[in-house]
Amino acid sequence: MPKITKPNNDDYIRMYTQMVRIRAFEDNANQLYLSAKMPGLTHMYTGQEAVAVGICEALEDRDKITSTHRGHGHCVAKGADFKQMFCELLGKEEGYCRGKGGSMHIADQSHGNLGANAIVGGSMGIATGAALTAKKLGKDDVAVCFFGDGATAQGLWYEVMNMAALWHLPVIYACENNGYSEYTKTDEIAAGSLTSRAEAFGIEAFQVDGQDVLAVNKLTQQLVARCRNGEGPFFIELETYRYHGHHVGDINREYYRSRDEEAAWREKRDPITNFGNWLLKEGVAEDTELSEIRNAINADAEAAVAYALDAHYPDLSEVDMHVFAANSG
Amino acid sequence: MTRELTLSKAVNEALAEEMRRDETVFIIGEDVAEAGTPFKILSGLVEEFGTDRVMDTPIAEPGFMGIAVGAAITGTRPVVDLMFGDFLYLVMDQLCNQAAKTHYMSGGKLNVPLVLRTNLGATRRSAAQHSQSLHALVAHVPGLKVALPSSAYEAKGLLKTAIRDNNPVVIFEDKLMYQDTAVVPEEEYLIPFGVANIKREGRDITLVATSSMVQVAEAAADILAAEGISAEVIDPRTIVPLDEDTILNSVRKTSRAMVIDEGHQSFGVTGEIASRISEKAFYHLDAPVIRMGAMDVPVPFSPVLEDITVPTAQGVADNARKLVRGELVHGA
Repeated sequence: MPKITKPNNDDYIRMYTQMVRIRAFEDNANQLYLSAKMPGLTHMYTGQEAVAVGICEALEDRDKITSTHRGHGHCVAKGADFKQMFCELLGKEEGYCRGKGGSMHIADQSHGNLGANAIVGGSMGIATGAALTAKKLGKDDVAVCFFGDGATAQGLWYEVMNMAALWHLPVIYACENNGYSEYTKTDEIAAGSLTSRAEAFGIEAFQVDGQDVLAVNKLTQQLVARCRNGEGPFFIELETYRYHGHHVGDINREYYRSRDEEAAWREKRDPITNFGNWLLKEGVAEDTELSEIRNAINADAEAAVAYALDAHYPDLSEVDMHVFAANSG
Repeated sequence: MTRELTLSKAVNEALAEEMRRDETVFIIGEDVAEAGTPFKILSGLVEEFGTDRVMDTPIAEPGFMGIAVGAAITGTRPVVDLMFGDFLYLVMDQLCNQAAKTHYMSGGKLNVPLVLRTNLGATRRSAAQHSQSLHALVAHVPGLKVALPSSAYEAKGLLKTAIRDNNPVVIFEDKLMYQDTAVVPEEEYLIPFGVANIKREGRDITLVATSSMVQVAEAAADILAAEGISAEVIDPRTIVPLDEDTILNSVRKTSRAMVIDEGHQSFGVTGEIASRISEKAFYHLDAPVIRMGAMDVPVPFSPVLEDITVPTAQGVADNARKLVRGELVHGA
């Protein structure tokens, strides 16, 4: 089949690549946990890749994001490097946070990632504050606050949305509704509709299929442009699905979610498979190219894991380093 | 040139000077603009700096605290106005889980240069939710600096230092001292953190006192002086960082120590400083180190009850006298 050349082909391939990178990162992270090589535990982003990639591909490095306990996907999508991420997961010196943050606290400020947060909803103020800085300093940077449906129960969200709306801040609240608030169905913890909560503050709210990377990206591009133009804030509810349990140790979960339901999402609504099929159908790429992409990424991830396993732990003298920032002068 | 300012005016001046010096400094909180806070500390600032830099917020302490954290991480220097120290309980997640830990958790990559200005102090007949002295609570959290000005002079110098610090700093003003005056130089000055002030030299007993209790300790020292007892009064000025050397050197000289602070006595500032003295100057001590904090009760409204919950000059003098005479304060 002759390949059609579209102006956006590079963008499409990059989105596919970034989603595959997240999937590969998480598959390897899960293996590190299952083989007891990773300290602690972690929360898999697998299944939600189109959300992080669709949004972050609409952003630039200068734009800020805040992330969640389920944050590896946002981190990869915003441009992070596998080696430094795996080193952080393993508590190694070369990790993004010198091993002091771990899975739930990776920050990568060079790409505008202000950090993941282990308090559900804990970063809603931080993202809003980043938007306030942009406005104060006269920049047109945008902040995106990622959070899950569970975080919509936190009072902080309503406080900061109110102020963001009053002050017209360039922030996008991106709610990844994966259907589960830890081990509880979202239907059991959220009354009414989520979009109407934002609308109550006069904030324009949108719903989008979070498994469709192009739909997510198109909407985000529009909202980012409007934010840069002083029309923020906005709210997006993205319907998505978490393939794994709440965390990697949440294996036996049929008491809150059926295997049939999980299989249906994986088989019918997988964001990578579906987008890959679309790329083939549209002639953007051929099957061999996509498998080459996947193979190269898997090799990258495995090499990064090997690197991280061999990397040094921080020197013990670092334990009380970075409690306080130095003051110059 | 010598002049006297109220503590309130000293705070106002510190903010105005720093906002003129650094345009990334801004004030955020409830009723800070036209109202200038209920204590009128900020009056005049919105007229000079405008509502973009003196920002009124809704009554949403966790919200504006969190926004300040994000603003600080991304390149500004917010001064958060928390109307009453009692509202610390509302902002604990954003202050202690977010602001205090961000620098450490990011491996030193992200800074949170913000100031949380609030107050402490009982005996204002405001009952249990507007009278607490909660500085021990935040001093317990690694990553937060804690300043306790004891006069207008300290209030100005410490606040200016706090604003320039690259870390989250919580500064507690004694709300009963807002109209008290002290000599405040016309020329600019800063007071470094971690440097205690020897308010009064003495040889018989060391009184380590913080914030509102510094004047109580000084009054006690006057009572004792009339009896021929010479008390040294030390004001740490910041409890994080704490100038341990100045305190220990004093105790090595006097051999006796009391610690006076308006926070609840149990698990508080008095216990922390007393135990450091006991651990590090034990063989210099001639008597047990005595703590005097606020009673371990919610602050009562009734004036007759409220007044007996906090240390007084007479109470400090009575205990100090016993220590100097070799009498037991507590039975053994």
